[in-house]
Amino acid sequence: MAGDTTFHHGAPKTDAQPIVQMRDIEKHFGNIIALAGVSFDVLAGECHCLLGDNGAGKSTFIKTMSGVHKPTKGEIFLNGKPMDFSSPRDAMEAGIATVFQDLAMIPLMSVTRNFFMGREPTKGKWLFKRMDIDKANAATMEAMREMGIKLRSPDQAVGTLSGGERQTVAIARAVYFGAKVLILDEPTSALGVRQTSNVLATIDRVRKQGVGVVFITHNVRHAMAVGDRFTVLNRGKTLGTARRGDITGNELQDLMAGGQEMAALEGSLGGTV
Amino acid sequence: MADVSEAVQDERLKQEGFATKLMKRPELGALAGVVAVTIFFLFTASDTMFTLSGVMNFMTPAAQLGILAIGAAMLMIGGEFDLSIGSMVAFSGLIFGAFVVTFGMPLVIAIPATFAIAAALGALNGTIVLKTGLPSFIVTLAFLFILRGASLVGLKIATGGSTQLRGVRDAVENDFLTPVFSGDAFTGLFAWLAKQEMIDRFSSGMPKVPGIPVEILWFVAFALIATYVLLRTPQGNWIFASGGDENAASNSGVPVRRVKISLFVLTACCATLVAIITVIDAGSTDARRGFMKEFEAIIAAVIGGCLLTGGYGSAIGAFFGAIIFGMVTIGLTYTTIDQDWFQVFLGAMLLAAVLFNNFIRKRVTGER
Ligand SMILES: Nc1ncnc2c1ncn2[C@@H]1O[C@H](COP(=O)(O)OP(=O)(O)OP(=O)(O)O)[C@@H](O)[C@H]1O
Ligand SMILES: [Mg+2]
Repeated sequence: MAGDTTFHHGAPKTDAQPIVQMRDIEKHFGNIIALAGVSFDVLAGECHCLLGDNGAGKSTFIKTMSGVHKPTKGEIFLNGKPMDFSSPRDAMEAGIATVFQDLAMIPLMSVTRNFFMGREPTKGKWLFKRMDIDKANAATMEAMREMGIKLRSPDQAVGTLSGGERQTVAIARAVYFGAKVLILDEPTSALGVRQTSNVLATIDRVRKQGVGVVFITHNVRHAMAVGDRFTVLNRGKTLGTARRGDITGNELQDLMAGGQEMAALEGSLGGTV
Repeated sequence: MADVSEAVQDERLKQEGFATKLMKRPELGALAGVVAVTIFFLFTASDTMFTLSGVMNFMTPAAQLGILAIGAAMLMIGGEFDLSIGSMVAFSGLIFGAFVVTFGMPLVIAIPATFAIAAALGALNGTIVLKTGLPSFIVTLAFLFILRGASLVGLKIATGGSTQLRGVRDAVENDFLTPVFSGDAFTGLFAWLAKQEMIDRFSSGMPKVPGIPVEILWFVAFALIATYVLLRTPQGNWIFASGGDENAASNSGVPVRRVKISLFVLTACCATLVAIITVIDAGSTDARRGFMKEFEAIIAAVIGGCLLTGGYGSAIGAFFGAIIFGMVTIGLTYTTIDQDWFQVFLGAMLLAAVLFNNFIRKRVTGER
């Protein structure tokens, strides 16, 4: 759908120093080589799309960026300085926020409690230190309104939200806590048409605030709608990064599937894929 | 685009009534249960059940169970079970008894020392569960037997062959801490009330109820503190999060391991508090102390709205769950009903609570 709706805001600055730079990242799980040397970087205010088929290693790659996995080999630089995250908390504190494929939301808990999970605002001292519920509720409502979602009440359980709304809560949460880099793992894969364009609009809004967005998807149209740069992963490897305008959607599609096979398939399906 | 979705959202908003909101509270079922049981006994039991002494009569066992049930509820909300609570009561009772009788320690030393040992065992339970990733159900089942057996063996060693350790009352009689853990509170107030003829009294002028048994105060205070922690502190939020989805919680920066181990320590300490109260009260300890209490505590927690899957429940619900327990156990003696119906009632209550909780959870999560 979003092929004709673009959320693009012009060419990114090219001379800027990347916020995060990953060099020759390898990750092995026992004898499985999930990543075989991937390089990648994110600039402030850009949307860098990471594309690839199922099992290409996209989730694994961003998990090394967000401190969930330690890379087997390779280096990570944050603002030019080498970094070594040992937990998601480390990465979060460094300004790298991740919205995981499974969203890290708890359906039985309220939107507010999810929003501030692990980083609850407090008031009072010592024994009387308690959660500042009013502040948390107000901040949640406000952040959600900014993202264009009107909540019934901050007590509403996350389980009652639609997929797109949940995705937006997760993104709003990351932005609220001052993310410099926002990683979104397939935020649109389970969404319908309107929900998808809402999420894409949210990505654009976040990018305009100067946040570097890493957008993972296997849908080329979604990538083309918002992306500034595109990196394709295939079986744990990358063939490099293309800038917007230097590559067409069809070329990306081919790269994702590994070239020839896709061309053959496309022929037999009459170019409908 | 945002505007469109806002408009659509708005027209689909249905005002949420007070009743619907109440429906979503986990403790609702337990509260309804208390009302139902009260009505039942108002019709079937003799009038003495709801006199002041009758109420104290069923609140005392309710309090002893309730302290365990609230601990169990918090652990269940955190996503784990502890089947060793009952055995822990026996084991802590033995340790405490041995400290005061065999070693002649004063309570200021014996009580913290007993709590320290219990806390260490709770932490051991938790560490094994978290390190191995085994279900806490099975790990604590092992401790159910280990601690029960150790209590038996320990008692025999401490007493030279008996399974009962006596002499606790004599040992603590004059200790300044004894009134904190045993006997009645507010005796002055009750004596005064009796003098004013505001409460029942014997012909001698003494009140029929000398005061509020201290365990009831512990029970109420613990329920209030636990509720406050769960609903109003970051730690409470971490407990819900850890039980709701361990992975999501830790990815969001919640110290899940620390939360869970603390909860195992808490249940062990609850068991110890009950052990100290009941051992001083009885003046002795034996290996059957706390027998089957783990199940009763978990049942009370479930009646109180805890989901077996974790992440949902309440301390105040467990509070009411324990009161239901106390009312039914003691209440049946005020009726002409055969007391052996108790277990039938218990099972039925549990089944009803689980079905009800399941229904509530679906409502809360909007069937997704
Ligand atoms: N913890 C793990 N242990 C072993 N193998 C793993 C682990 N995590 C990922 N893998 C393997 O690494 C490869 C890449 O997986 P990954 O989840 O990164 O794919 P993906 O590109 O995110 O796919 P999808 O589009 O389906 O989300 C897969 O072959 C997967 O089986
Ligand atoms: Mg993935």
